[in-house]
Amino acid sequence: MATIIPTLHPLYSARLSRRQQSSNPELWDTLDSVCDPELPGVTLWDLGVLQDINIIDNSIEVGITLTYTGCPAVHTMKQDIKTCLSQHYPDYDIKVKVLLSPAWSTDMMSPEAKNQLADIHIVAPDANDHVQCPLCNSANTTLLSQFGSTACKALYRCDECQETFDYFKSL
Amino acid sequence: MNNDALISFAIALGDDSMVLGQRLSAWCSRGPYMEEDLALTNTTLDFIGRASLFYQYAAELIGDEATEDTLAFKRDERQYTNLLINEIPNGDFAFTMARQYLLDVYYSLYLSHLQQSANDTIAAIADKAIKETTYHLKRSSQWIKQLALGTDESRERLTNALEEIQDYCNELFLNSAAENSLLESRVSVDREPLRDRWIAQVNALLAEVNMAELDLSRTIEGGRQGIHTEHLGHLLVEMQYLQRAFPDLEW
Repeated sequence: MATIIPTLHPLYSARLSRRQQSSNPELWDTLDSVCDPELPGVTLWDLGVLQDINIIDNSIEVGITLTYTGCPAVHTMKQDIKTCLSQHYPDYDIKVKVLLSPAWSTDMMSPEAKNQLADIHIVAPDANDHVQCPLCNSANTTLLSQFGSTACKALYRCDECQETFDYFKSL
Repeated sequence: MNNDALISFAIALGDDSMVLGQRLSAWCSRGPYMEEDLALTNTTLDFIGRASLFYQYAAELIGDEATEDTLAFKRDERQYTNLLINEIPNGDFAFTMARQYLLDVYYSLYLSHLQQSANDTIAAIADKAIKETTYHLKRSSQWIKQLALGTDESRERLTNALEEIQDYCNELFLNSAAENSLLESRVSVDREPLRDRWIAQVNALLAEVNMAELDLSRTIEGGRQGIHTEHLGHLLVEMQYLQRAFPDLEW
């Protein structure tokens, strides 16, 4: 079998290069402690929500992109970012801006996000929607509902072990 | 750039999503089963989110004290300019899904053109929204098949739903005055040419499940001019109650 060389998706690379070329890399590192409120263990960086951080005069401006337009978690995300940064940078005014463009896509997620999702038994997005049971790895699964407990997930059942589980939709 | 037209355009697109979102939200805890209940409420969130983005942009253009909330909660019926199809009561589940399907097909066509808008903000919202619409359409077209080929009762309910809603469909393809004035600058999308493609796509699915074609010989219109059915007032009363009783109340 041919070896598949893993490549980074351009949407993820664009984010990665903003982070790597940032003049304030410590800000990005600080925010690595902030997770999505609905996906414990998956950081905003890995999820692809965190797009850019800049220091402008006395304020830190954080740019995020919404996974889904109506995602109710956005208020908590904003608050979590502010709380985190203001603890480390009390002298700065923290602003969180929701960016419309580029539109969020699962391709913006980091390669690590897949492992983080697997840890909480959520199946990572697959471009062809091939969904394997996170517990017994069976490919024999059925879609129960196109929407799961949040807008970004769909609900599946494993027909081998009968477990129901969430699948992070490919978008 | 004609700012008044751009504001009306953005508000009208917001109103379409706001009113449909409010309608769909009424299904929360009333879905036919748990998974469908979640699906409907998640679809609701997508539309309310879409409304929020259009309203935020309109509010930014209006300036002063305008916010997405003042646009949603402090305008009266005659100031709402949503297309009428969005405000018709949910009826039964078949009616809700029939409307959703017709709108999902419309949105998939309309938004794919709106993505090309010369206005960057409008185009960015369309980029975001069309991904959600593609997903909605998968689900609603599946439901149309399931209702049509399910039981005699589900088929009858779907037939009744389509008959009731078809007169509201032509309005989707009429340009408002604001849209007409934004056509030349390529900010708005000409709706008229989309109609034939919409009809072809909808009728193809109906033919697949042996349902009659839509009868589009009649047109009920007026939403873009603020002339609504009797139903919108009731919807707004419920939606705006808290902000009317306790102005500017926050969580």
